[in-house]
Amino acid sequence: MTVLDSKVPEGSLEAKWDKHKFDLKLVNPANKRKYSIIVVGTGLAGASAAASLAELGYKVQNFCFQDSPRRAHSIAAQGGINSAKNYPNDNDSIFRLFYDTIKGGDFRAREANVYRLAQVANNIIDQCVAQGVPFARDYGGLLDNRSFGGAQVSRTFYARGQTGQQLLLGAYSALSRQIGEGAVEMFNRREMLELAIIDGKARGIVCRNLVTGEIESYTADAVVLATGGYGNVFYLSTNAMNSNVTAAWRAAKRGAYFANPCFTQIHPTCIPISGDHQSKLTLMSESLRNDGRVWVPAKKGDTRPPAQIPENERDYYLERKYPSFGNLVPRDVASRNAKIVCDEGYGVGSTGQAVYLDFADAIKRMGKDVVAAKYGNLFDMYHHITDENPYEVPMKIYPAIHYTMGGLWVDYNLMSNIPGLFVLGEANFSDHGANRLGASALMQGLADGYFVIPYTIGGYFADAELANVTPDHKVLKGLEKEVTEKANKLLNIKGEKTVDDFHKQLGKIMWDKCGMARNAAGLKEAKEQIPKVRDEFWKNVKVPGNNGEFNQELEKAGRVADFLEFAEVMVIDALQREESCGGHFREEHQTEEGEAKRNDEEYAYVAAWEYKGVGEEPVLHKEPLTFENVKLTQRSYK
Amino acid sequence: MNLTLKIWRQANAQTKGKLVTYQISDISPDMSFLEMLDVLNQQIILKGEDPVAFDNDCREGICGMCSLYINGRAHGAQSEATVCLLHMRSFKDGDTITIEPWRAKAFPVIKDLVVDRSAFDRIIQAGGFVSAKTGAPQDANALPVAKRNADLSMDAAACIGCGACVASCKNASAMLFTSAKISQLALLPQGQAERDRRALAMVKTMDDAGFGNCTNEGECEAECPKAIKMTNIARLFREYYRASIVSEEM
Ligand SMILES: Cc1cc2nc3c(=O)[nH]c(=O)nc-3n(C[C@H](O)[C@H](O)[C@H](O)COP(=O)(O)OP(=O)(O)OC[C@H]3O[C@@H](n4cnc5c(N)ncnc54)[C@H](O)[C@@H]3O)c2cc1C
Ligand code: SF4
Ligand code: FES
Repeated sequence: MTVLDSKVPEGSLEAKWDKHKFDLKLVNPANKRKYSIIVVGTGLAGASAAASLAELGYKVQNFCFQDSPRRAHSIAAQGGINSAKNYPNDNDSIFRLFYDTIKGGDFRAREANVYRLAQVANNIIDQCVAQGVPFARDYGGLLDNRSFGGAQVSRTFYARGQTGQQLLLGAYSALSRQIGEGAVEMFNRREMLELAIIDGKARGIVCRNLVTGEIESYTADAVVLATGGYGNVFYLSTNAMNSNVTAAWRAAKRGAYFANPCFTQIHPTCIPISGDHQSKLTLMSESLRNDGRVWVPAKKGDTRPPAQIPENERDYYLERKYPSFGNLVPRDVASRNAKIVCDEGYGVGSTGQAVYLDFADAIKRMGKDVVAAKYGNLFDMYHHITDENPYEVPMKIYPAIHYTMGGLWVDYNLMSNIPGLFVLGEANFSDHGANRLGASALMQGLADGYFVIPYTIGGYFADAELANVTPDHKVLKGLEKEVTEKANKLLNIKGEKTVDDFHKQLGKIMWDKCGMARNAAGLKEAKEQIPKVRDEFWKNVKVPGNNGEFNQELEKAGRVADFLEFAEVMVIDALQREESCGGHFREEHQTEEGEAKRNDEEYAYVAAWEYKGVGEEPVLHKEPLTFENVKLTQRSYK
Repeated sequence: MNLTLKIWRQANAQTKGKLVTYQISDISPDMSFLEMLDVLNQQIILKGEDPVAFDNDCREGICGMCSLYINGRAHGAQSEATVCLLHMRSFKDGDTITIEPWRAKAFPVIKDLVVDRSAFDRIIQAGGFVSAKTGAPQDANALPVAKRNADLSMDAAACIGCGACVASCKNASAMLFTSAKISQLALLPQGQAERDRRALAMVKTMDDAGFGNCTNEGECEAECPKAIKMTNIARLFREYYRASIVSEEM
């Protein structure tokens, strides 16, 4: 085991980033043209990075697997983006945003990164407005804010229920401008399947052209991964169908450390599962908890329609247990409490796996029109999916996998342990610790892409010695061969179960044993079961068609193959962490009131795993977390 | 429910396609339309045949990836929703459902129901942006925007770039899509500096890509899953003519 160096600069928390920026060596404008950068991903992190780097003069190649960069999964974010602008004058500040985020993450994130995030968050709002992002405004024409879980100030900027869409279209427009000018070369419908490391540095990628099936190599002076999260390891999640861990995992297999993979977030307000055919889960934005009230019947097994249950026979359990935060407790707390009431038999709906989210009071107080203006598109979406009208009957909701705090390990410069490999957005582990607060992933993605990587990558280039590398380099040729052989192997198994069958099987293991609550016995079972599913997959999967053509099943098969390897590391990480923190709730470690019980003495570290081969125990490297500016406390939202 | 599906099958852009009939049974009304296709594909795969290719990703109506033409309607018969939000409860036992790709010269078929919509990206690349480099712009609240304009701009910005407007138009015109972006930016102070150049460049790229002209049919507005209004097209014309005059004067 080595102790990882986070390269956090010296100095006071407030001064670190400014000092570091000053100390970073510069690449002069004429020389920037000589450097090329591969950016994989066009979500908030990737698109903002690709556009900003091209604006600086670097040569950028940008990749995504969708048919257009505009469709990256960031598009689906609904609720909003945080920033400590303090426009409402409710005593917000950069320090408070920092404090809420680090506390929300249950003290498992790096102080310096989180503080920098809070600092640059203000610039993000300015930048997005300058691009023409149509944020919500009040009648005076100024920007409006709403509240989100885990904070007692209103600091969330939003564009109806489509904030992610509008922010992404902003970044996409900046990216499009660079593509139009020839500064970014865009590759749609390409899937990165390998990372090329040459002379110890990340120098290229191997992709499959998803239209023709051709295997293609690309080289550059640095590789930036902004490939999103791995929530789909659970099969059912709020992620888009094609979100996956492949890019990050293949980088991990080439030596990049994977940090805190067991830190996954379960979102409390999603539309419950309706049957076995379910292909994904749909989030109902956390912003709804601003005005919606969560409750279950006070009597077990009460099957009366909600309207017939009188006030005094309802249990508004969040308001009862957490009077100061009420319905706005952080996600992990809200999710766990929903699970508790349902497990105890108070759940509603046909499966008993749901609680009510009720807008009757809000509609009475503000009128239907105001509620519609704030949440209309979410209500419509709910109505479409469930065939129930939430203006008339309370929504039914249940927690679902939503976000992954874990990701590739990066230092303060967002560089992984592989020189020249940078990781941004949800794909890295950096800022959210063990639990992410609402409206902070959009903030982090854009912070990384607009305001961090453009500076830190220059520092890397200024010192790096980079030989000329072209796509016909033998390392790339070797990887192309491996990728092709792997695809052919999958196609030639010709077994009896589909890719989806295996994915569902894995998802069930992960949800049952490594989901909202975990214990050692369950995790050990999962650790035994996953390799068995994986072995069967490689013997019995049926992947139709050929490699040299448009083949969606082959795409899925490659992704599920990676999930089947990665899942094991998640479970090993969860077993290793003998404490509860944030979204990682180990049943053995809870307070008398059933809240997460951290063990700061022994576990105040980042667990970064080094891959050692399929089925081999990965090696744990630790980055100790030190807290100089906040006091570690038991999180309380009471 | 038991259903008969007639699905457009086409191996690639070079080959000719045709409708192929499939029978499917035990479909639950709670399934989404795409989940019904998942069930069909699982059956096709296990029979050793080639599953039906169709684009989809978010399955919640926001990414704009799904793009099916169902019984002669883009995204099916329900209003203001993409096909991924269409549920089988909208159909009855015994129905025959015809499923085709978007049809437009500018959207060539890649395989089966998957088409190439990169022409939309090129239209945006031509001018669908404000040239605001990443840096330190003025404070966001230094630029108030009248709420009415902000709201209309947001209405236009809701476009998901799905292409249903093109698919439902007999001219295969991309006017609704293009006008949505032009309107979003024309309604905001940030968009003013480049407004003329933007209108001219985007319209030119749209024409070059092979999309047809607008003859006020109104099918686009009727089928748009995000309720983008044709008033945006009127605004596009205004912007375009204004820009043409201004650029002649320049
Ligand atoms: C339904 C939903 C609602 C949310 N709401 C909010 C919210 O209100 N506020 C908030 O702050 N956060 C929210 N989040 C979280 C937030 O949206 C995401 O964490 C964030 O957008 C991730 O951005 P990203 O740029 O890191 O990755 P993504 O947007 O996921 O982009 C990944 C990109 O990588 C590409 N890619 C991936 N793998 C490969 C590969 N192998 N080869 C080539 N390309 C590849 C994809 O094509 C895509 O372009 C929400 C998430 C969900 C699921
Ligand atoms: S205008 Fe409507 S139909 Fe056309 S691309 Fe946009 S959302 Fe789709
Ligand atoms: S799959 Fe995203 S809009 Fe339908």
